[in-house]
Amino acid sequence: MDDVPMGQLPPHIQLQRTRVFCASDAPTQTENVQYSGAYASMGVDNSFRLEDFVKNFRVEVVRLTEDDMEFDMIGIDAALANAFRRILIAEVPTMAIEKVLFANNTSVIQDEVLAHRLGLIPIKADPRLFEYMSVNDTPNEKNTIVFKLHVKCKRGDPRITVKSDQLEWLPNGSEFQLVTDNSNSNSNSKPKTYTSFSSSQTSLPEFSENSIASKHDDIIIAKLGPGQEIELEAHAVKGVGKTHAKWSPVATAWYRMLPEVVLLEEVEDQKAEELVKKCPVNVFDIEDVGKGKRRAIVAQPRACTLCRECIRGNDWEKLIALRRVKNHFIFTIESSGALPPEVLFTEAVKVLEDKCAEVISDLL
Amino acid sequence: MEHGSIKDPSSSTFSFAGEDHTLANSVRFALNQDPRVSFCGYSIPHPADARVNIRVQTTGAPASEVLKDALQDLMLMCQHVRDTFDKAVVDSKVSDSVKAMKFKP
Repeated sequence: MDDVPMGQLPPHIQLQRTRVFCASDAPTQTENVQYSGAYASMGVDNSFRLEDFVKNFRVEVVRLTEDDMEFDMIGIDAALANAFRRILIAEVPTMAIEKVLFANNTSVIQDEVLAHRLGLIPIKADPRLFEYMSVNDTPNEKNTIVFKLHVKCKRGDPRITVKSDQLEWLPNGSEFQLVTDNSNSNSNSKPKTYTSFSSSQTSLPEFSENSIASKHDDIIIAKLGPGQEIELEAHAVKGVGKTHAKWSPVATAWYRMLPEVVLLEEVEDQKAEELVKKCPVNVFDIEDVGKGKRRAIVAQPRACTLCRECIRGNDWEKLIALRRVKNHFIFTIESSGALPPEVLFTEAVKVLEDKCAEVISDLL
Repeated sequence: MEHGSIKDPSSSTFSFAGEDHTLANSVRFALNQDPRVSFCGYSIPHPADARVNIRVQTTGAPASEVLKDALQDLMLMCQHVRDTFDKAVVDSKVSDSVKAMKFKP
């Protein structure tokens, strides 16, 4: 190794450090080298420097819609990218229906099944405006959202479908009265209900104009035949996805590493056309180089799914290298509707920060 | 919670309740890149218990100090990620609204 200057990695090791190799039999070099002294013998310092991270880290937004986004996160380790993904799925809070009080249910769908269905309905309410409700807390305007559902199919009418837009938000809390023995003694005061709201939720500026409702108005909750009726109250509370998936703020969140397709040799004419045909996602294209010569080029490496169809058979593996860039993540977030995807991501990063801060304060 | 010997503060095991791979793997990543660390690793003793044990052995510095620095590094990285991300989102929203205006040439 006397031709490689000290303090610099030989090209093949640099490649192994930054790329996953996708060969026809198996991927190799899949691990990230984290140890600070891993390259000490070559005079290369692998320790962490915040300045380097700040200099190299980049985010590029590819697509951003109301509840869907894709962005590139470049210059970060898989450990952190994965932490953000895990937090998005399991630890960013939302509001979901947790308790259902049935006054009447004569439909064919059982109480417990209906309650479960209601729990899975995404609710469009900012969870940051609410508090967690612990076991001993009484439901109040800061920790509970109450919905009412009262639908009836009259005798002689055709069957009806109950949809999520029929859930009616009760900003003043529960309307079901608690049965108490001394109900006559203080008849002047407000009757006790299943919640104790001290003020209406509409008094909050966030909810005074846009009311709380289901994110989608066409989710089928139940079907009622003639003479059947459902009367219930649903209480939504704040929670996280690791308790139950109904609190997960994302339909899904995932990342993939950027694919890198490299032509190791010129692929020309007949062979080039064969290569273009081999790829099912049209990664390759043909370019005219003049004098009737044509050669293959890599037109859309991002489309590559690493199906390895292009390196199958004969000596194709000597012509094409399929790799993944270890520190370039194509991150996709599909929000289920409580918060827009870009807010979800910043919330996820904040959750990790809070975890660190909590451990630091424990160590002191 | 810290389990270490009084004689040798350079190696300790830290046990975090209520945490999982999310934090432990990130902390391991940060610790491994610290030159003072000679060994670090984590384990989850039982999948049904929400607990991780993080082992830190250093070349001399107190393990708890090194762990604290690693956590601080993580927090700084998170802050930078958040700032960069917010900036990128604002930029993309601006460029999208410019595109939506459809200037005529």
